[in-house]
Amino acid sequence: MSNIKILLNGLIKENPIFVLFLGMCPTLATTTSAINGLSMGLATMTVLICTNFVISCIKKVTPDMVRIPVFIVVIAAFVTILQMFMSAYAPDSVNKALGIYIPLIVVNCIILGRAESFACKNTPLTSIFDAIGIGLGFTLGLTLLGSVRELLGSGSLFGLRMLPETTNILLFVLPPGAFLTLGYLVAIFNKIRTSK
Amino acid sequence: MQKIKSSLPNMVGVLVGFSLLIGVILASVNQITEGPIKIKQEQTLAAGIKTVMQCQQISVAAPLEVTDTIDGKLSSFVIHACAGATGERLGAAVESSTNAFGGELKVLVGFDTNGHILGYTILASSETPGLGAKVDQWFQKDGKGNIIGKNPKGGSLTVSKDGGDVDAITASTITSRAFLKAINQAYRAYMKIDWAHEKVCFEPTNQ
Repeated sequence: MSNIKILLNGLIKENPIFVLFLGMCPTLATTTSAINGLSMGLATMTVLICTNFVISCIKKVTPDMVRIPVFIVVIAAFVTILQMFMSAYAPDSVNKALGIYIPLIVVNCIILGRAESFACKNTPLTSIFDAIGIGLGFTLGLTLLGSVRELLGSGSLFGLRMLPETTNILLFVLPPGAFLTLGYLVAIFNKIRTSK
Repeated sequence: MQKIKSSLPNMVGVLVGFSLLIGVILASVNQITEGPIKIKQEQTLAAGIKTVMQCQQISVAAPLEVTDTIDGKLSSFVIHACAGATGERLGAAVESSTNAFGGELKVLVGFDTNGHILGYTILASSETPGLGAKVDQWFQKDGKGNIIGKNPKGGSLTVSKDGGDVDAITASTITSRAFLKAINQAYRAYMKIDWAHEKVCFEPTNQ
């Protein structure tokens, strides 16, 4: 499989949100607005690229029976490093919006899932491509979900007002709205995907 | 290279090795970022104090800590006494936090010497975007629930639903109540200090 194919694979054929249904917890919890979804997706992608690469490099020196604890230690290390760098150098607005979600990346099953099913069987380079593909797919899904919820729930998109306040449906910003929107988006995505 | 086998010495060795290695990496990253994080926090606080005191030329005294019993629990408040460019007392900025809808809501609120609210800013919150997160604008001077200039002296500030005269954020009464509670308890803590006798020494801020 070529690297481009691996990349597209993560974006469409094995989209983590719409097809694999991985990482549902951050998907539902962080997508109250488009910008939150986008930032969470990018943060996850950064961690995923680092962990996929490192795990692929160390696969030979990791005994099979202790691979999961080793992977988790690697993932937790990268998330902690990301958090430290973000609180030191990222702008305040990004920190405020994402601060509470960053530690959640450690338990995001996409990261461990890709380590287990891809990185520990493939070369470092293809693992990076897989991480970019899956990461972009995740980011795309989160941004889409966040945009729909923000538009219907708060009448804005990326903070810009699109609809008058009277048309806001609060439900979409609240947790039930996340499930409803995700359900419809999954249906639409899979309809398009299978009709090709 | 052959993949190493899952024998006990191998497993223990690898786990210990990785933990040590990652411990060292984390420690060194912490060393790099510790300084910038601290500077950034101080800058955020200094900028916040200027905003809530509505004054650019300001001297801030070393923070005082006041404890008060809130709902049977001991809470502590950090108070930054402020003076203007010519040394006249302006009042103080008080850090106060409560539990709101999504978790801790940390507010920095400025009072003048009589206890009138000069301004406020949100230091930390995890409220719902589009709803409770509006708290950073809603109660400002041009917001719908304007509290600037009000004085909690005559009685605690409460939302109109509870018989008060502050308009709560639409569909976010819990956040609004928590916010006003933070303001009210900050006021109580501020008034606990005997300003006439308290020795405070002002230092001009450089930022």
